Amino acid sequence: MTLEQSVSLAPAERAIQLLGGDLTERALRLHLEGLSGVDAVGLEQRAADLGTRSIKTTSKAWALDRIIELIDLTTLEGADTPGKVRSLASKAMTPDAGDPTTPRVAAVCVYGDMVPFAVEALGAAHSAGTDRGINIAAVATAFPSGRASLRVKLADTADAVASGADEIDMVIDRGAFLSGRYGQVFDEIVAVKDACRRADGTYAHLKVILETGELNTYDNVRRASWLGILAGGDFIKTSTGKVAPAATLPVTLLMLEVVRDWRRLTGERIGVKPAGGIRTSKDAIKYLVTVAETVGEEWLTPSLFRFGASSLLNDVLLQRQKMTTGHYSGPDYVTVD
Amino acid sequence: MTETNRSFLEYAPAPESQAILNLKKSYGLFIDGEFVKGHGTPFATISPATELHIAEIANANAKDVDTAVVAARRAYDRTWSKLSGADRGKYLFRIARLVQERARELAVAESLDNGKPIKESRDVDIPLVAAWFFYYAGWADKLDYAGLGAAPRALGVAAQVIPWNFPLLMLAWKIAPALAAGNTVVLKPAETTPLSALLFAEILQQAELPAGVVNILTGAGDTGEALVNHPDVNKVAFTGSTAVGRAIARSTAGSGKKLTLELGGKAANIVFDDAPIDQAIEGIVNGIFFNQGHVCCAGSRLLVQENIHDEVVDRLKQRLSTLRMGDPLDKNTDIGAINSREQLNRIRELSDIGEGEGATRWSAPCDIPKTGFWFAPTIFTNVSTSNRIAREEIFGPVLSVLSFRTPAEAIAKANNTPYGLSAGIWSDKGSKILAVADQLKAGVIWANTFNRFDPASPFGGYKESGYGREGGRHGLAAYLQTSQRVEPTETVASTRSIARKAVKS
Repeated sequence: MTLEQSVSLAPAERAIQLLGGDLTERALRLHLEGLSGVDAVGLEQRAADLGTRSIKTTSKAWALDRIIELIDLTTLEGADTPGKVRSLASKAMTPDAGDPTTPRVAAVCVYGDMVPFAVEALGAAHSAGTDRGINIAAVATAFPSGRASLRVKLADTADAVASGADEIDMVIDRGAFLSGRYGQVFDEIVAVKDACRRADGTYAHLKVILETGELNTYDNVRRASWLGILAGGDFIKTSTGKVAPAATLPVTLLMLEVVRDWRRLTGERIGVKPAGGIRTSKDAIKYLVTVAETVGEEWLTPSLFRFGASSLLNDVLLQRQKMTTGHYSGPDYVTVD
Repeated sequence: MTETNRSFLEYAPAPESQAILNLKKSYGLFIDGEFVKGHGTPFATISPATELHIAEIANANAKDVDTAVVAARRAYDRTWSKLSGADRGKYLFRIARLVQERARELAVAESLDNGKPIKESRDVDIPLVAAWFFYYAGWADKLDYAGLGAAPRALGVAAQVIPWNFPLLMLAWKIAPALAAGNTVVLKPAETTPLSALLFAEILQQAELPAGVVNILTGAGDTGEALVNHPDVNKVAFTGSTAVGRAIARSTAGSGKKLTLELGGKAANIVFDDAPIDQAIEGIVNGIFFNQGHVCCAGSRLLVQENIHDEVVDRLKQRLSTLRMGDPLDKNTDIGAINSREQLNRIRELSDIGEGEGATRWSAPCDIPKTGFWFAPTIFTNVSTSNRIAREEIFGPVLSVLSFRTPAEAIAKANNTPYGLSAGIWSDKGSKILAVADQLKAGVIWANTFNRFDPASPFGGYKESGYGREGGRHGLAAYLQTSQRVEPTETVASTRSIARKAVKS
């Protein structure tokens, strides 16, 4: 044991509950390294099996609507403008102008500086901390790389929350994680969680992006998932969407297994958000099946499961139109953004 | 569907259509390239899921058996033994491709007649059937290089009797190596599952396989008995129960017939406390509940390290509660029907005995359909090694859970069985896997997986699980006369196959 490992960590409630009051980096490391291993072949096989479920007729209709309700409609481009964000907000409120029965998405997801425009565009449709309406999620902490000082990351977060973001999607420091500095990653998440605190004492929801494409092994994904939960994340999220591979079904299955185990242990429910690379209804339905058969159907609700996606919505709308009209629609029957 | 009264997990029915099947009302025996009438009393084959009649099947008596063996002998003498290996290979490749082309139809027929879920017949059985023919097609012109000595020769006529659990796959395991090695075949499918073999006969006609090279006789035990005892048969291959295997060994003794037997099993699936736990749970489920447990190499004895026993049982119960039992043709069905009333009765009887002997029974909460033969996935805990459910092959979806403390105890318990067909080891530690595998007396040992099959890997058992190997290069030896006195199939080292997998985590 090096001296560094006996360093005390920020007193996060969940970690204290599980690892004891004297919370050190060493205790955290022992826990993470003591987790059961993941067999890659078996995990991928199970994910592939879940992908063969055949969801038809009434089940498919329900699934399509539910997918829309679980989408964080996202635009995260350097070229984003207030106009683009207004357009996105409009689509979030009315995904299909031709069919008023189409449900709304769960949230719009934008960069921090775009939050005021999203607040303005959503207007009364903005949930603003209530249960009803569309949330605004902001990526923060020097998204997507996370390469900035903690001071900058916290300012980034606090700024987005002050502008009206309901949810913060933060990135973990993958460099620190891969070099084994679990305590540093942990402390950062705790600090960002603290920065999510609003003036009235409530908190913006915190999604912890693991960037699984950079973690490389399933064992790492399992450790990072536990780390994110222990440090206080409300959600664990696969990816930024800027690194390939982004969300995959096996990775999401693995994270759902961690969430299921956490619930067995504590009774507490943690959300999961696969993001990036989910473009078709067919793929999204595989995720719904995986959620329902791994943690249970109760997870198929916006407070516990989200899709981070941009082009997925249009494919779902096309499928939805096909189910109501009986014939295939085309890309010109849905709006470009 | 509104979310209040129905759940997403009650997936809407997604049945595979039977329209693809073009079944006849009645089927004859396939002898000398033609369907002919049998001389026994025909019988019906039914769907075990609904008990509905599927087709009438001819019954071969001793006279029909003789006709078929004569046809096979003639085809051997005049045609098949005269063809080059490359030409035999062409026929096998053609059969393999036709199986792939008609895969969906074969899968539907198999699930209808056998009761297994369509996802298994579609994703496991039929693809493996094609793989087996492709694999042995490749060997047909390379027999000189199979390591069996120079110029190995075919045996002649092979009599093959197969079981009902993987009807078409067992047919492929038998016919593909036999034909590749240059033999002709008379095969008897099981009484309760003749349908896919008869569709296969149609494929042989489509492939224009010379008449008599493969003959398929339907019937019950007496047909099989007449077949294996026919004096003009050179080779007997049997897969099925140990009792019948023993009778065949007795009746063929001294006849000069070459014999391979693939019989029962009571495999140990050993889970160490350092196993990848989520994948191990999946593996346990796949090991015993795959194909309703109608698998001779099923992992029916779970040996779990004592310190994780409760957690494993708990997780297993949770996982089993998500299995979907029902219509085998529904694409979302995980557990299909038990193949026959007779088998269902045996599973019930042994399960009742298990309870009577003091083991604790738990069955997954399943809605059992009103018609057909069904048995919910069942786990027994508090099982003693002396209990009958820990010793006898149940051949159904019933798992006996035992515990162990040390690797030595696990090995001792795993080997303490009259059988020795397969075993499984679950651990993240490679050196432990190799050390344990080395001491298990079983023909196939899976590491961190279970019930995986590949045509290149030999399969077969120790002790009461039979002898001889099917699959791989070793599978050819069972159908060839070699100049070597000692066949490579008889050594332990060469027959053991450990399914090694890529380690990524």
